[in-house]
Amino acid sequence: MKCFRVLSPGLFTTIQDMGRLGFESQGVPPSGAMDEFALRVANILVGNQENAPCLEITMIGPILEVLSDTTIAVTGAQIEVFVNGFSRPVWSSFPVQKGDIISFGDVKAGFRAYLAVAGGFKGTSVMGSVSTYVRGRLGGINGRQLQQNDILESNLAEQSLFYKKVRDDFVPSYSNEEQIRVILGPQDNFFSKEVIDIFLNSVYTITEDSDRMGYRLEGPELRAKEKHDIITDGVVPEAIQVPPNGEPIILLKDAPTTGGYVKIATVISPDLSKLAQLKPGDRVRFKEVELTQAHKILAEFERKIDEIKRNLVILRYFKVKINEKNFDIVVEEL
Amino acid sequence: MYEKPKILICGDKAVTVEFGDELSEECNKRVIIKLYRMFKLKKIEGIISMIPTYRSLLIKYDPFKITYYELIKLVELYNNNDTEKEEVKAKVYEIPVVYGGEFGLDLDFVARYNNLTVEEVISIHTKPLYRIFMIGFTMGFAYLGGMSEKIATPRLEKPRTEVKAGSVGIAGNQTGIYPISSPGGWRIIGRTPIKIYNPTAENPILLETGNFIKFVRITEDEYRKIEKEVQLNRYHVKIYDYNDYKS
Repeated sequence: MKCFRVLSPGLFTTIQDMGRLGFESQGVPPSGAMDEFALRVANILVGNQENAPCLEITMIGPILEVLSDTTIAVTGAQIEVFVNGFSRPVWSSFPVQKGDIISFGDVKAGFRAYLAVAGGFKGTSVMGSVSTYVRGRLGGINGRQLQQNDILESNLAEQSLFYKKVRDDFVPSYSNEEQIRVILGPQDNFFSKEVIDIFLNSVYTITEDSDRMGYRLEGPELRAKEKHDIITDGVVPEAIQVPPNGEPIILLKDAPTTGGYVKIATVISPDLSKLAQLKPGDRVRFKEVELTQAHKILAEFERKIDEIKRNLVILRYFKVKINEKNFDIVVEEL
Repeated sequence: MYEKPKILICGDKAVTVEFGDELSEECNKRVIIKLYRMFKLKKIEGIISMIPTYRSLLIKYDPFKITYYELIKLVELYNNNDTEKEEVKAKVYEIPVVYGGEFGLDLDFVARYNNLTVEEVISIHTKPLYRIFMIGFTMGFAYLGGMSEKIATPRLEKPRTEVKAGSVGIAGNQTGIYPISSPGGWRIIGRTPIKIYNPTAENPILLETGNFIKFVRITEDEYRKIEKEVQLNRYHVKIYDYNDYKS
């Protein structure tokens, strides 16, 4: 079903799902949503499978003309969403009708927003995922970011009669400085205890030179005891590698699957969503956790998503005409 | 090679099993035969994906389906298994290559640099079965072992801005194929009409770690013919069983 025409693509908008897993052995990066939490919740709100493809919006949102009546939801970065110029709540689903114009205000906090549509976006499916991997020209729309006049399609879905909202206390808040939890390794033994202490007790700034492949960090140098090179081995997105200049790089979803620099630590997966909401100029501090602790945090993260699902607030939308004037009314079920 | 493989923790969802700190065939064989093929064959619940490299295997797992300790136990179990019947499942991909001319701009240089004739370079390059030690860097880029030192040539001083997909090159004592058009500094000696990476194919990436490549010389006419068949999705790469191929 044709759902939107792209009037303006925004800064960098791509179609993403949970990524392309299982082809890393052949050099294919997983790609997928940078903030998986926001993507999953956006899908929950419109009644999709949690891994359905969404638009990943970076900093400046697109302008979309609605081509068919459907339901959408926006999560992630704190950004204003408008339908025909009227504000709509984020972290909640709402109807849009043929001819409506969806637009966005400035990002007030965070960096990436997710727009889910009922049924999920269609895209070129490659190796089991429609995630866009721009460098490899894979997935999404011809493997690239959105362009003006693109027609976006969604899979068919039943029209909702009511809409949903995430309870306010579950909505994350974003700041310009986050504590990111890491597990040391796989090559922390290449660094002295003093250097690891520097890593864990400093503030690093994300540089302009950062994208979906990796965040380059500026801060106290991290010098390995002898060398920064190893025989190339496999890497996961979220690994923090340290090249010979001593400036750490956090590898992200579009990073190559192998690399030859030492990796001092790895970000735990629930904290990737926090990381994804930081932009160039923002700061990170690292905190060490043990593997068993990390698995507990991961279990809590999953429990939180379950709780969000169980505590959704039901909304109803009404159009009312009073004295020839149209009003949209949103009613929250108590 | 280490006496016992090292387990390195890579965050909350992956481990690297490291067999040694060397670039050797023996070490690579352990990675591929002991673990990678076994895990693939057994289809272990909870293993999401693997990245075999020269001397290690990265395993991504779902900690809700398999615990770290269960995974480590399996690694130990397979590592202690006697699976030395090495090449049983290895395959050989025959890769047709047209050497020189517009397809291999640096072939003459490689010959001159090594005091060989062009024919000698081609004959040396097409002789071995090249082991695929690992795939990485980009989609389908294979790190091959086994090229003769006789044709080793340093990289270009200034990389080209575009090297065509299918280009076969030499860099130092390595040889390889560019899966997609990209910038590159390798000395290009030929090109294959086969798509190493084809997003519309059932298996988008042709090559797999642990298998072998044999370069076979073809003429320009044959190149054009195969190229056409590839475009029509009618060409099937010749794949042989390693043991049959050797005999």
